Amino acid sequence: MSAKVDTSLPLEYQTEQDRMNILGFWVFLGAEIVLFATLFGVYGVLYERFAGGPTHKDIFVIKDVMIQTVLLLTSSFTMGIAIFEMRRHNLKGLITWLVITLALGAGFLFMEINEFIHYAHEGATMQTSAFLSSLFVLLGTHGAHVTLGIGWATMVIIQLLKRGLTPTTARKTFIIGLYWHFLDVVWIFIFTFVYLKGLVA
Amino acid sequence: MEHQQSKSFPISHVIGFVASLVLTFAAAGIALKTNLSFKVIMWIIGSLAVIQAGMQLFMFMHLREGEDGKTNLINMIYAVFMVIVIVVGSIWVLTSGHAAH
Repeated sequence: MSAKVDTSLPLEYQTEQDRMNILGFWVFLGAEIVLFATLFGVYGVLYERFAGGPTHKDIFVIKDVMIQTVLLLTSSFTMGIAIFEMRRHNLKGLITWLVITLALGAGFLFMEINEFIHYAHEGATMQTSAFLSSLFVLLGTHGAHVTLGIGWATMVIIQLLKRGLTPTTARKTFIIGLYWHFLDVVWIFIFTFVYLKGLVA
Repeated sequence: MEHQQSKSFPISHVIGFVASLVLTFAAAGIALKTNLSFKVIMWIIGSLAVIQAGMQLFMFMHLREGEDGKTNLINMIYAVFMVIVIVVGSIWVLTSGHAAH
């Protein structure tokens, strides 16, 4: 741990400790990528094992999927703007954009919960078939990450309100930003290799 | 570095966002509205997804920024390698040979 502060860098990179934390978070994201890879692998193997139950085309609703995708994509963009405002030392702008990001994230979660309820009403549950087991595990793990991210970002906002912009709060904000963009990256692949793949004519 | 950002408009973020939307809707259009073969469609929309993910990494997540930028890049390349091994490897091993019978 070095107390050296390099003020020529953005706040979150100014101390050695904060730089190490950000590097460590990138390594963690590497592990998260592998976690999701295993779930994509399972889904890729089992995606046509319907066991007489509903198929992709029976349950996927493309309009709702597009709404979810646009919500999450926009929230990733607004998170980018939040970090942009942080780099301009604009605390009010940062918090405003963070709150907008979380509202979009909550909208996404609302859509996903409705989607799961809709599936259950169609008789498509985790127990129905291997296709649905692997689908729910993949989507559920992503949804759990979004839920965690909302709780985490809320706590970061509280710290920002209490302590203002310091190298430490800036680093924490930057890291939740990385996490949020990562969730959008995972969604891009869910959108492509689960929904679009299932709906190709 | 961009410590005191003089820019007041986040132009690269806006470009990244618009491009993401275009790629998303292009992928949906190709998958749902064309009569190409399944294989061709999957290659096209898979490539579009990879491009979009790359844009997130470089334009929103500042992958190569800071003194650890190179380390981050190597870390992500290794993660992508692991993804290919795990996903393609699992599907290959479990859907060919004995598993196919």
